[in-house]
Amino acid sequence: MKFQRGFMDAIKVEKLTKKFGKFTAVDGISFSVKPGELFGLLGPNGAGKTTTINMLSTLLNVTSGKAEVAGFDVAKNRGDVRKSIGVVFQDPALDSNLTGRENLEFHGIMYGVPKKEREERIREVLRLVELEDKQKVLVEKYSGGMKRRLEIARGLIHKPKVLFLDEPTLGLDAQTRRHIWDYIKKLKSEGSVAIILTTHYMEEADYLCDRVAIIDHGKIIIMGTPEKLKHSLGGDVVCAETAETTKLVRLLKKLKWAKSVKQYDGSLCVTMEHGEKRIPEIILIAQKAGIKVNSVNLHEPSLEDVFIHYTGKTIRDQEAEGSDRARFMRMRMRR
Amino acid sequence: MFMKTINFATIYVLWLREMKKFVRSKSRIVGSLVTPLLFLTFFSFGFGSLSIPGAPPGVNYIQFLIPGIIGMGLLFSSTFAGLTVLLDRQFGFLKEIMVAPVSRVSIVLGRTAGAITTGLIQAFLILAISLVFQLRIAGVLNLLLAIVFMILTATAFIGIGLIFASKMKDPQGFNLIVNFLIFPLFFLSGALFPLQNLPGAVQYISYADPLTYGVDGMRAALIGVSFLPIWIDFAVLLVVSGLMIFLGAYFFEKSESV
Repeated sequence: MKFQRGFMDAIKVEKLTKKFGKFTAVDGISFSVKPGELFGLLGPNGAGKTTTINMLSTLLNVTSGKAEVAGFDVAKNRGDVRKSIGVVFQDPALDSNLTGRENLEFHGIMYGVPKKEREERIREVLRLVELEDKQKVLVEKYSGGMKRRLEIARGLIHKPKVLFLDEPTLGLDAQTRRHIWDYIKKLKSEGSVAIILTTHYMEEADYLCDRVAIIDHGKIIIMGTPEKLKHSLGGDVVCAETAETTKLVRLLKKLKWAKSVKQYDGSLCVTMEHGEKRIPEIILIAQKAGIKVNSVNLHEPSLEDVFIHYTGKTIRDQEAEGSDRARFMRMRMRR
Repeated sequence: MFMKTINFATIYVLWLREMKKFVRSKSRIVGSLVTPLLFLTFFSFGFGSLSIPGAPPGVNYIQFLIPGIIGMGLLFSSTFAGLTVLLDRQFGFLKEIMVAPVSRVSIVLGRTAGAITTGLIQAFLILAISLVFQLRIAGVLNLLLAIVFMILTATAFIGIGLIFASKMKDPQGFNLIVNFLIFPLFFLSGALFPLQNLPGAVQYISYADPLTYGVDGMRAALIGVSFLPIWIDFAVLLVVSGLMIFLGAYFFEKSESV
């Protein structure tokens, strides 16, 4: 009953693995996405997000495990999978020698959308991304944000059941990013299309996604709604910068109310209930031990804190490491 | 190996894409005509009155040269058309094509159709210029026969271009291909001179060059002079172009798109 299963889950992934030679880019991940759901893969560069998208969109072969998109197996029913999905790649995939409209028409014909419906859809998607007045301009004259909007529009022409957005706001300025977010929200409110989005921007995942999977070194570390993930830390986060972080961490770990104490980059973060009342206590402990506290801040946990909590690193630490890994991966693939 | 279906819409739209890009790039059209025009003009100044051994009276060197120059145009434009897959990969557009629900063989056929058409347009322009250089085509049938050879020649080199494009990862190797593949093929084909004049051993290498048969066949059709019987030219070129486009499609299918 493939069809029915497809009805229940837009995407179903079981122990999906991809190896490039000896390097494991995606390491046995499992998750599922419901129709109409916006699911985020959050993690640093090189964590295996794009590799996952490439496997789900049939561009890369699966090493082991199983993946179904709209009820179709990505290894066995490539044609059906391709018909059911729209993809916005991380790097632009437009023909810059054609106009915006021609790129859309080209796509519509390739996906077998009949002429009348095609015209209508093109009108609709152009309206959605507000590019009606630029449709007859060659894409080479488009800005980065316009290109990305056109790609999102293009991914929607054939009414896909699943839309992949791989780092949709990478390299865009803050204002354009906001705009793209609005389009994605609008898109989500309009239909039953399942959206799977990859990003390494914490606030993007937080703002847009119904559910988030934090992925690192090819593995899903934790998965849930952004709210649940943040609450799972238990209360507020107090971070302090001190001269002797290690020593203070040791002292704070002895406290009963400190749910977790993590150290990174010469500062420390403590999770606790009612953080505002505990700050004086922390400072007192530090003073007694003769440790100078340079600064303290209190905030409600963000996905960034969730990431730090479960991986023990900031995403920025990961970034440097991640780009090495990405380069390594590209090297492997070149052979 | 290939998905079974052939999507005509895909072939059409890829063909249309090539046409739009071709019409828009005026410099490409002009550029593709400058080299043949220079060859014809200066060779006719230099060697115009030379006679070709074994040619019927009235056929001079320039008329002999014209099919060779058309062959040269097809050699360059078709090989590069095959190689443009690389540019699509470079600019990411290949992914958009590869993720579409269409068979890989349709993608190759669409590209081939586009490249053959642009190649033919260029060949016709050269042919039109050639009328200035006293080319007289015997009849419609001869012209049609020449077109058949043009199509087969273009197909063979598109296939070769596709094979190289599938094996290379970036366009850095373009110059290498021009110097070590295209130019040797051009000189070996007898486009510029009668093959009879080549030393025996080199003649044998010429037999391995698809362009030899393309140029020889066009010569037979257009000016009635040929080194080999025209049916041999046709048969060899038919087999070679079929094989090359098959191999090109095969390697394209196998190559990774990301």
